[in-house]
Amino acid sequence: MPDYLHALEQQSIHVIREAHARLKPLAMLWSLGKDSNTMLWLVRKAFLGRVPFPVMLLDTGNEFPEVYEFRDRLLAEWGLDYVNAACPPIEATDATLPPAARAAARKTLGLKAIIAERGFRGILLGIRRDEQLIRGKERVFSPRRPDGSWDFRNQPAEFWDHYQTDFPADVHVRVHPLLAWTELDIWRYVERERIPVCELYFARGGKRYRSLGESDITFPIESDAATIPEIIAELERTRQSERAGRAMDHEREDTFERLRAAGYM
Amino acid sequence: MERAAPLVLVLAGHVDHGKSSLLGRLLHELDLLPAGKAEELAAMSTRRGVPLEWSFVLDGFQAERDQAITLDTTRVRLKTPNREFVVIDAPGHKELLKNMIGGASAAAAALLVLDVQAGSEEQTLRHAYLLKLLGIRALLVAINKMDLPGYAEAAFEARAREVTAALARIGIEPIAIVPVSARDGANLRERGAMPGWYRGPSLVAALEALPAATPDRVLPLRMPVQDVYRHGERRVLAGRLDSGRMAVGDELVFSPSGRTGKVAELLSWPGPAQDAVEAGDNASVVLDRPLVVERGDVASHHEHAPKLTAVFDAEIFWLSATPLVPGRELTMQLGPRAAAVRVQAIRHRIDVATLAPELAGTIAAGEIASVTLRAHELIAVDDFAAMPATGRFVLRDAYVTVGGGIVDASGYPDHRAMPDRARNLTPMRHQVTETERASRFGHAGAVIWLTGLSASGKSTLAMALERRLFDGGYATFVLDGDNVRRGLNANLGFSPEDRQENIRRVGEAAALFAEAGFVCITAFISPYCDDRRRARAAVAKGHFLEVYVKADLAACEARDPKGLYRRAREGELKGFTGIDSPYEEPEAPDLIVDTMQENIAACVDKLIEFVAARCRV
Repeated sequence: MPDYLHALEQQSIHVIREAHARLKPLAMLWSLGKDSNTMLWLVRKAFLGRVPFPVMLLDTGNEFPEVYEFRDRLLAEWGLDYVNAACPPIEATDATLPPAARAAARKTLGLKAIIAERGFRGILLGIRRDEQLIRGKERVFSPRRPDGSWDFRNQPAEFWDHYQTDFPADVHVRVHPLLAWTELDIWRYVERERIPVCELYFARGGKRYRSLGESDITFPIESDAATIPEIIAELERTRQSERAGRAMDHEREDTFERLRAAGYM
Repeated sequence: MERAAPLVLVLAGHVDHGKSSLLGRLLHELDLLPAGKAEELAAMSTRRGVPLEWSFVLDGFQAERDQAITLDTTRVRLKTPNREFVVIDAPGHKELLKNMIGGASAAAAALLVLDVQAGSEEQTLRHAYLLKLLGIRALLVAINKMDLPGYAEAAFEARAREVTAALARIGIEPIAIVPVSARDGANLRERGAMPGWYRGPSLVAALEALPAATPDRVLPLRMPVQDVYRHGERRVLAGRLDSGRMAVGDELVFSPSGRTGKVAELLSWPGPAQDAVEAGDNASVVLDRPLVVERGDVASHHEHAPKLTAVFDAEIFWLSATPLVPGRELTMQLGPRAAAVRVQAIRHRIDVATLAPELAGTIAAGEIASVTLRAHELIAVDDFAAMPATGRFVLRDAYVTVGGGIVDASGYPDHRAMPDRARNLTPMRHQVTETERASRFGHAGAVIWLTGLSASGKSTLAMALERRLFDGGYATFVLDGDNVRRGLNANLGFSPEDRQENIRRVGEAAALFAEAGFVCITAFISPYCDDRRRARAAVAKGHFLEVYVKADLAACEARDPKGLYRRAREGELKGFTGIDSPYEEPEAPDLIVDTMQENIAACVDKLIEFVAARCRV
């Protein structure tokens, strides 16, 4: 009997293949975290080892140095078609947002700019429902208006897995193959498949990063988990939320909703 | 260690009966809320001046918390002591039906939440009906807000009886009916706080006892082709197995083309190629021969291949604000397959309050209906009842999803078995020409094809017409069930395929009579448009005259000269046209004779005039 991780994996591969078949040109956001590395691994499984579209980093210049080193290592090993999408400065973001949210909003602007420049119809993103309540409401194939914004009050119906992939020419589609996964599923899968992940996830001196964002708005948690089995054991016990170390989530009740409605990932 | 897949469970029920609150409280009782969440909820509730509102755990949108209503579905993992669940919280409000259906379509089981003090409103029934339509068989009922009547047994029993009766009419027997209070947290994890009269399970115990989802591996193979890749020198067919199993060496047939090929390799990365794949797996198939296969083709084995038909019935839910009318053109999506379809007929609407089928000219948003759909060409379909994964579809109008439904093609024949008209034969040239025959007989040969329900008057008209034509000097002959079924078609029964073959042979025989110069009259129900079209194609252009002998079901049933309708109604005759087998009305008949409006003599006069105008030289 195939196990649960196998079922999740196959469901995601089906979504990735559907996006590739129907949304051209397609690209994938590669934030270099555990989720997008898992997604990249699933892409390689879907296409028998190849990655048949560009992988993009929305680069604020503020990633941790370890993250950039990790990127350079994988680029050399996996032969990826890599796009470094530079994000506009913080002055270009919505000034009514709280400070950490403005830092995050730079990525929204970077994404809009690269979509406009390259004409992408589909973008694969590694977000999950269990990360954040607003992401819990997402569709697997989520259309975005030309300005990148998300009409969350009127999302298309998604029945069974007969995904809608036909949209007007000025709409792009955010595709979320990992929506059904949880943080624990990701780590169990990373362990099973031996997927490379950045060293910052592992504890050093009693601290580790549970979620990786910009170095200026992301904080480590107290932890002694220095291996994947230890991380899994920690997550089975913890009642802390995954994004506790992400400053932008905690500024105001509706910050994340505003960010996402405007086109954040 | 292998982990069992969590059971996917949808919460359904009327708006305000407390679905989100129940789930929020359940997460709290099971100690699954993140640290500080309960305090955060208390703060959110205080800001809005309401008592602690557990639904805020899941209602992620600001607007949902402000209105205390769920707008869109969300999913959470629920871990009970002995089992894991994915719980889909779907909105109960009528306006948000599409979100509810979207959520429910992913589930294997359902928890129907009811307010102990409210009645079984239409919306509850609608949800229950939709759950059944979507194929969800395992249903649990939670009767919520038990704190309001002070946990009174009588209140619970009254509500339980009412919902049991309502569900029975839909054909659902709930696995358990559990009294709970989300506000007090009563009978969620443990029965503890419940009064002594209640001896049933706690909600968690009832959830843990739900049956596991049945695997589709035992069903026949279906792999809709999703894409075709080039991988080195090889062409790879990409597709997910919706059901069944596929192994290297299997001979596959692709529908609708009917092309065949053998599985040479099942590629995989990383690691070696696979020997076999099964339901749920994404296959990378290399065939043993180059074959034209494209996205949307369905791979199966030869045995248990999908049905090929252009027309089928479907039960649909309609979501668009623009009502559905017959003749509407839509796009039907079945997985990677898309087909243009026309709504040939609205068979009936289901009234969810009474669950009775009712005649309807249009179908409005939120309504459920049985319709007949016609594709522009043959497509491969499965009956939902037998093959759920490939028997359901979505309806789109341009970029908008307007509905969805399930296929019931059981009343229509499979075109896979139909022989092509012999392609390799060269017809002999007759030395007697068509014109010579027409001048000898004084009229051209023709087929007068009478179609209509049983007891509409076809045979009576055919015999009267034959008498009058013969007396008027015509060479004429009637083919009807009596002279054909006993000889030429003695080997055929009454299955859709046999009925199709029966009509095919009648069509061919009638064509020979017409070619011989006769006016050949046929009197068969011939319920399918496709069969009549094929009969028309067998005859020289202009010499096939389709006559609709019009009388509606009620009139025919009232006549019932042979007692056939009565026997069909009593279940003694199966597959009887008009009762449990479809009749497709002719869309553009050459003549209509209405036997409800006119007597037989008047109808025959009309026919004589028609034949003379079309055939006399």
